[in-house]
Amino acid sequence: MVVVQLFYLHLSLITMWIRLYFMLQIHFVLLISRQGKVRLTKWYSPYSQKERSKVIRELSGMILSRGPKLCNFVEWRGFKVVYKRYASLYFCMCINQEDNELEVLEVIHHYVEILDRYFGSVCELDLIFNFHKAYYILDEVLIAGELQESSKKTVARLVATQDSLVDAAKEEANSISNIIAQATK
Amino acid sequence: MGSQGGFGQSKEFLDLVKSIGETRSKSEEDRIVLHEIETLKRRINEPDTPKRKMKEYIIRLVYIEMLGHDASFGYIHAVKMTHDDSLLLKRTGYLAVTLFLNEDHDLIILIVNTIQKDLKSDNFLVVCAALNACCKLINEETIPAVIQQVVELLAHPKEAVRKKAVMALHSFHQRSPSSVNHLVSNFRKVGALWLYGFSTCVVKLSDNDPGVMGATLCPLYDLITIDVNLYKDLVGSFVNILKQVAERRLPKSYEYHQTPAPFIQIKLLKIMALLGSGDKKSSEQMYTVIGDIMRKSDTVSNIGNAVLFECICCISSIQPSPKLLETAADAIAKFLKSDSHNLRYMGINALGRLIQISPGIAEQHQLAVIDCLEDPDDTLKRKTFELLYKMTKSSNVEVIVDRMIDYMISINDSHYKTETASRCVELAEQFAPSNHWFIQIMNKVFQHAGDLVNPKVAHNLMRLIAEGFGEDDDAADSQLRSSAVESYLKIVDEPKLPSAFLQVICWVLGEYGTADGKYSASYISGKLCDVAEAHSSDDIVKAYAVTALMKVYCFEKAAGRKMSLLPECQSLLEELSASHSSDLQQRAYEFQSILSLDANAIEDIMPLDASCEDIEIDKSLSFLNNYVHNSLEQGAEPYIPENERSGTLNISNIRNHNPYEHPTHSLRFEAYEVPKPAVPTNLPPTLTYPTELVPAPIPEPSYQPTLTSGPVSDADSGSTELRLRLDGVQKKWGKPAYSSAASSSTSNFDSHRTSVNGATQLDNVISKSHEPREPQIEVSEEKQKLAASLFGGRTARSERKQSGGAAGYSKVSRTTNHGDDKVQPTIVTATVQPPPPDLLDLGEPTGPSSSYSSTVDPFTQLEGLLDLSKDDSAVTTTSNGPDLTAVYTTASTNGQNQNPNPLINEKDNMNGAPNPSNRTASLTKGPSLKDALDKDTLVRQMGVNPTSQNPSLFSDLLG
Repeated sequence: MVVVQLFYLHLSLITMWIRLYFMLQIHFVLLISRQGKVRLTKWYSPYSQKERSKVIRELSGMILSRGPKLCNFVEWRGFKVVYKRYASLYFCMCINQEDNELEVLEVIHHYVEILDRYFGSVCELDLIFNFHKAYYILDEVLIAGELQESSKKTVARLVATQDSLVDAAKEEANSISNIIAQATK
Repeated sequence: MGSQGGFGQSKEFLDLVKSIGETRSKSEEDRIVLHEIETLKRRINEPDTPKRKMKEYIIRLVYIEMLGHDASFGYIHAVKMTHDDSLLLKRTGYLAVTLFLNEDHDLIILIVNTIQKDLKSDNFLVVCAALNACCKLINEETIPAVIQQVVELLAHPKEAVRKKAVMALHSFHQRSPSSVNHLVSNFRKVGALWLYGFSTCVVKLSDNDPGVMGATLCPLYDLITIDVNLYKDLVGSFVNILKQVAERRLPKSYEYHQTPAPFIQIKLLKIMALLGSGDKKSSEQMYTVIGDIMRKSDTVSNIGNAVLFECICCISSIQPSPKLLETAADAIAKFLKSDSHNLRYMGINALGRLIQISPGIAEQHQLAVIDCLEDPDDTLKRKTFELLYKMTKSSNVEVIVDRMIDYMISINDSHYKTETASRCVELAEQFAPSNHWFIQIMNKVFQHAGDLVNPKVAHNLMRLIAEGFGEDDDAADSQLRSSAVESYLKIVDEPKLPSAFLQVICWVLGEYGTADGKYSASYISGKLCDVAEAHSSDDIVKAYAVTALMKVYCFEKAAGRKMSLLPECQSLLEELSASHSSDLQQRAYEFQSILSLDANAIEDIMPLDASCEDIEIDKSLSFLNNYVHNSLEQGAEPYIPENERSGTLNISNIRNHNPYEHPTHSLRFEAYEVPKPAVPTNLPPTLTYPTELVPAPIPEPSYQPTLTSGPVSDADSGSTELRLRLDGVQKKWGKPAYSSAASSSTSNFDSHRTSVNGATQLDNVISKSHEPREPQIEVSEEKQKLAASLFGGRTARSERKQSGGAAGYSKVSRTTNHGDDKVQPTIVTATVQPPPPDLLDLGEPTGPSSSYSSTVDPFTQLEGLLDLSKDDSAVTTTSNGPDLTAVYTTASTNGQNQNPNPLINEKDNMNGAPNPSNRTASLTKGPSLKDALDKDTLVRQMGVNPTSQNPSLFSDLLG
């Protein structure tokens, strides 16, 4: 009886987790280069550092080896990973079995278009050196694993506002350090 | 827009990124990162680090963490940075913290305060940053700390803030859907706020900012999943919104590749699918708008197809409308006919959904489905198997399960192997056309994925063989058994059989190995000894083997035949009686003691084929009544149930000595106390753990101490005296009113209880696992006809078999279905058509394979092309030296659209639609090349030369 009840308790926990996972649309976002180098990772579901490395290893093994004409989807551990290749970069998003893959494919494209607009014909190098900016932009596109804003213009405007404030702060800092530098000369 | 001006980091950091970029191996990368970690550890802890420097360190930590290394030493600095007043630093801090910490991290508690403060900030960017952090960091425990502020922010003048506040509520809700109720009951205030927040969400549906409206759909979707009925009145407004969206009423900036706000459309369709499921009235409101969207949707662009697919999902979920189903079927046909793998995948996916409400739809797509099954793309193949699984019925089960098993053998991924195996088992159990086939399939599944399948399956199989298919047809049952024995004897010598399968084999051989007289007892026991020897590390298998040997011996002896123990069997027994496993030892000793018994006794102990007999359990231990009565008459203390012992003793409860009916025992945590009988010191040595073989006498010794060692001899005066004594005990162990004797007695009871429970519970499990799955596919007339012509005479036979077989096997069963199944005009078609090679199609058996090869060929050619061009670019690169500027100039002189990077071919996936943004991008190719050059020179100026082996770093992602 104990075991049976524990079993049911366990079952209800599992179903709760399943539901949790089910409600979250995107579990994580990965950017991997063709050589398997990680360019950006964003985890919306909880994964430990160990699990993260394992996930990246498994997925880059699976996705990088796929031919060009195949589906942009891979089934993996009961989830689906939607990926799209842009030049030498693979953008991957992990979603649930039930989700709409084509939609997520377009979410990826949406993000890339916004990056493109921001960096002005974005290339991998931009993302390598400005990965934190890519993170800021991603935070305006996706939040809590869901698409937050589907208007490119709105996202661009918000990011620009943030940047202008940041630039202002930076200039201030620069001028101060210049003054200090000159004063100490 | 921003970055061209420079990367804004120090040379040191750029060097780090560059050197990581140039590493050739993981170990090299690790070495650099470890070195960087050392540096950072040193620097970050230096006092008086300037804030700007600190910001860079934090970003370097993010980088390290991104590469998969542990940067936890710097987490606290990131947390500190969120406290900073400058927005720049605060943002960096929040970014780092959201990337570093999971929602259960200890440091979160340090951030909550900052978040609370920042949510009140006047600067909306600070509020946005804090809300972003909320979504990731606020966990179930800290939700109450911020929820009020978040709800207030729903009315913020900035739409960006409103939107993020809505999403934060959505993420809170995801964190603890159950705690909504929890909150309502425990923290009334918070609960009320919560509800208010969500009702505001509903109001926000009419928010004039489409972004906020779109975001609101997320929490609404969550709420609707939990209770559909509360939101039925919103159907009208959802339909209305969807209609307006589809009519392009939203601002132009929400259009995506000429489709009006597709992401909002999809979300609305998802919500409508929930609301309309099983609700005719709501569904009818939706028909027009869904029809409109499907008609208008652009089938060339990817996003148009995404909307179309969502429409199909919606149609398959709401009350079916024949007209919409037809439209959906047409859309699926287009998907399946497409060249794009993505669309075919979606087609199969959609077919799998639609087939559950209109099973007839699959026929017209047989060829396409088989094409997908043969496709080299594993993803597509897997999805197709899922579809087949959904459309399996008794007429095609053999082909489908055969295919699935072949596939299962071919894959390595344990997750999908398990899934496929359990699907095979499920289908075989549900639709098995014959016992023999069933056994064969189970053998295959066990052989190839035995360690992965649920142990229940093994028990099911044993039970099936023991009980037969439930009919009163003993001949068929014994035939089943002997065919099982035969197949197992063939398999048993193979190496590397999984443990679960060996258990089944041993059990069946022990139980039925000698039953039909085909194999001699010594042959069977020889095989069993071999099993035990070959798998000497697996105690469970050995236990099964020994018990099986014992059975074989007993059955022989009981049948009056002379049976001498094989020498290897003897040595096995000797080995096991000295085993470390007490279970194995016990089995060996039992066997040895049975050897000395005579035939009659053996027949009593081990009756032939007794596995199906019910074991009666006398829960009240009534056979002890006399004994108890005698003891009581001699003045023994009556047994008093535990829950009545604490306060005053109530003698009227003497007779209640049945612990099973105790309310306090409903959870039976006591079962874990079994090992305790060692505690009481005055127990007689006879009180050993009960053995399985001799069930009757056990309760006696264990009951004895309860009664005889009762503290007082006089029952009437017992209460007061007992209480006096217990006071001392209470202090010692801290538990109220337990006498040592009583506790020993309860623990004894517990030990019974568990053993009994063990048995009953096992029964439960077995019977549970036996419950039949409801047949999920209604079999239509039309499909039946096709199936009959597909599988000719076999259908009729298997159908009949199955109706007996499966009905018997799964006892309760699907008798309703068989009535119309059986009548089939099969004889004519059977003569015309031999059993076809494929499961769906007959027409052109060679068709799929030829088209398959034709699809493969251009494919490899394409790859060849790619390789060629890759070589070309490599040649140019090397000939020009590492100087990339040169490569780019040659590329641009050769032709503007000639991209040096051969790998930009993303356009192939159905984005073929002329797309203005893409077109403009390609028109402005020249300038973008210039950009790349600029970047390159910039990087060079900074002393970084990251591109020597990877020119593609410069290629536009959206090329």
